[in-house]
Amino acid sequence: MAELILNHLAKDFGTGRAAVADFSLRVRHGGFLALLGPSGCGKTTVLRMIAGFEAPTDGSIHLGERLLADASRSLPPERRNMAMVFQSYALWPHMSVADNVGYPLKVRGISGETYRQKVGEALATVRLADYAERRPADLSGGQRQRVALARCLISAPDVVLLDEPLANLDRHLKQEMEETFREFHQRSGATMIYVTHDQSEAMALATDVAVMSEGRLLQAAPPAEIYAHPEGRLVGGLIGRGAILSLPSPAGDIRQFDWSALEPLFAREPDHLPKADILVRQEDVLIVGEGIPARVDGILYEGERYAVRLLLADGQALRAFSRKRLEVGEAVRVVVHAAWRL
Amino acid sequence: MHGYVRSGSSQPGWLFPFVVIIVLILSVLPLARLAMTGIAALSNDGIGAVLSDPALWSATYYTLVTAVFGTLISLAIGCTFAFLLTLTDIRGKGVLSFLFVLPMMIPPQVTALAWVQMSGPSSPLLKALHIAPPLGSPQPLYSVGGISLLYGVQHAPLVYLALRAGLMALPRDGVEAARLAGAGSFRVFRDIILPLSLPGIIAGAAISFVSCTGNFGIPAILGIPASIYTLPTLIFIKFSSFTSRTFGDVAVLSAIIAIISVAGLAIQDRALRGRDYRVLGLLGPTTAFELGGWKFVGQPLLWLCLFFMLAAPFFALLAGALVPAYGVPLTFKTMSANAFHEILFRQAVTRTAFVNSLSLAAGTALCLLVVTVLAAYALTRRKDLFSRIVSSLIEIPYSLPGIVMAVSFILVFAAPIPILHVTLYGTIWIILIAYLSSFFAVSLKPIVSAFHQLDPALEEAARLSGAGFFRRLFDIAVPLIAPAAGASVILVFLIACNELTISALLWSAGTQTLGVAIYNLDDSGSSDLASALSVLVVLMVVLMMLLLELMAKRLPRGVVPWRN
Repeated sequence: MAELILNHLAKDFGTGRAAVADFSLRVRHGGFLALLGPSGCGKTTVLRMIAGFEAPTDGSIHLGERLLADASRSLPPERRNMAMVFQSYALWPHMSVADNVGYPLKVRGISGETYRQKVGEALATVRLADYAERRPADLSGGQRQRVALARCLISAPDVVLLDEPLANLDRHLKQEMEETFREFHQRSGATMIYVTHDQSEAMALATDVAVMSEGRLLQAAPPAEIYAHPEGRLVGGLIGRGAILSLPSPAGDIRQFDWSALEPLFAREPDHLPKADILVRQEDVLIVGEGIPARVDGILYEGERYAVRLLLADGQALRAFSRKRLEVGEAVRVVVHAAWRL
Repeated sequence: MHGYVRSGSSQPGWLFPFVVIIVLILSVLPLARLAMTGIAALSNDGIGAVLSDPALWSATYYTLVTAVFGTLISLAIGCTFAFLLTLTDIRGKGVLSFLFVLPMMIPPQVTALAWVQMSGPSSPLLKALHIAPPLGSPQPLYSVGGISLLYGVQHAPLVYLALRAGLMALPRDGVEAARLAGAGSFRVFRDIILPLSLPGIIAGAAISFVSCTGNFGIPAILGIPASIYTLPTLIFIKFSSFTSRTFGDVAVLSAIIAIISVAGLAIQDRALRGRDYRVLGLLGPTTAFELGGWKFVGQPLLWLCLFFMLAAPFFALLAGALVPAYGVPLTFKTMSANAFHEILFRQAVTRTAFVNSLSLAAGTALCLLVVTVLAAYALTRRKDLFSRIVSSLIEIPYSLPGIVMAVSFILVFAAPIPILHVTLYGTIWIILIAYLSSFFAVSLKPIVSAFHQLDPALEEAARLSGAGFFRRLFDIAVPLIAPAAGASVILVFLIACNELTISALLWSAGTQTLGVAIYNLDDSGSSDLASALSVLVVLMVVLMMLLLELMAKRLPRGVVPWRN
């Protein structure tokens, strides 16, 4: 089936700085891609170009063999067979829930028994069968979200786009909706593209994560891969919690370190040697009786444990977890049992 | 390849060019024609010959003097009402506000007629009350002072609305902060509220000034009997004694009106510069002041004002309509509804006028609705320089006095249209086109604000559902902007129904409107019939305003002009 191909995509709104530049990515059919990045990084622009609301200024978008858009022409959104869950849900306030959900069918000229049956099925899938005749205004936030999802479901779209769909929900509802999305993805088999600035959402839902910053794609990989092996300082800083240390460059091209490889780096005289950026995850720093000396700079209680900020002898910061409360200024020794060179 | 479009824009390719063509025909063409004729007149007859006409200068003088005094009076009345109704805890705000805005919607010649019936030696009302001045004493309103006073009354609502909009946007927390800083009521008013509301006052003064400059109904009824001509009435007189020079002359006169209006707006711009107090923080209706004991002064004062501005003139009009014959004293015994019977059932002229006005108003409102829905869609979805230019081109005919547009359209359509060989001049169609041009902006505003409130995602969702342009327009956009569209239709209908200035120049036998009929009846001495017709028009206005008032809850903010 069809793969979504973004080829050297660029968008310039004429503001002097390109919103999206040289963005190339392939999303396999049935994949669930999370587009992750800070606000204003261009991820929504990429999504809107895929939907057809914006035309690229350069590059092209293909769905399988079919050209969706390039710099000179663009297939209008109404002919792309895609669906989208908007951040504001975009439910039509003058239509009932059932009419909202059934609209894509109505536009396609489907009516009568088929129409009623399909609307009923879609509403049942999102557990809203009893709400068919309500107006969107009478629903709660989570219910509106599910109506929007049912509207996507009904037309069997090739690609489903989700624009920060959980941004307006509280934490409890978020978890429930994440579950619904996953279920929806498995059932529909559609390619899904999910824009978010929340990495825990991205990690929890997606089969692939693409990290963006300032209009550019930094890295695209499965969640576990991107967490363990981020490319470059930006991705390393954006994904997960950790500290980036500047340590003397080790010999060879190894990137994954364990304690035996790291200890000599800490011990070496820093001066004139070339430096490398080493990412140390918070959970890989153990406060035990041995290892390199550090001083507690700050401590924050997080419920299940303490998050500790440590300062090394040369002034670099390191993050760690601790089961017990430490005092600020206290001297400790730490062992780093895994690290990744960026 | 089939089905592709050039960009990601949601509009079909023909839409914006369509809007541009409409705007070119309704705004650019007539004004360009006016400018050309004016320049031609100046160069043919020599600037000296045209500008040495003493009538031109005396009319310019009277126009300026009456407009300036009229603006001052409207400022005094409008500001008093705006401050008292917006900032204090006075009672009956809704009713007072509705009644105060009424004069704006009543045709100016009706206002003038009512005031004439209310004062002077032949006033049926004063005679019935036995307080009329002795016969032979002059009618005090046939003067520069009278014209200015009525300008003031007619346009005070404009000042009120402009200032009120500013006052509604005052920062409530700003006032509260000043209170906490130790400022008393008077100091808060002087130091915080007055400076912040100055832009509203300036804007109100400018609108009022421009409207005074272009007013035709009031100086026609009050000025012509006393040989006081303003520029609009002079144009009217020139047309009634048509010569070969008329077109050139009226083009120059219209240009002077346009220049005075533009100068007024330029002064406003200048005065507003550096006063852009974009207010941050908590906005909202502030009841900043409690009147306390002053309530017993303020409340009666407002009602007294309204009595003289509304009730007394209306009863005078009614009295004028109920006298059995001119000069007969009005008592309960002599009272008769003959005049109403006459205009409704016997006079063909008034019946034609009713039919003409109502169908013109309905035609204008509905044609404009179709055009403005498309134009508003195109203009709110495009945000480039070009669309801003088009928006301001739509505004120009509305902000210019109606008489200027009327003259422009006469110049455009006096000769048969090339290629088609159809003459529109003298038909009802020229009035319709002039109305479309003048009221485009009135119709557009509510619909544009409704489109602005519409979440673009609603339409985008419909696009992804597969709906094409017209499908989206009818399924999604139109149902959601329907209340605003309704308001737009009623507003245009209301204004077009009562219009006199444009139709006074463009009418001919068989195409007279209600405004023209009232003026002609009064001019020919049938003041009882004119009064009766005016009474009906006032009732119609009140009815339609009430209709809008009922709809107000479902409309976007700012659509019904007198509501918050």
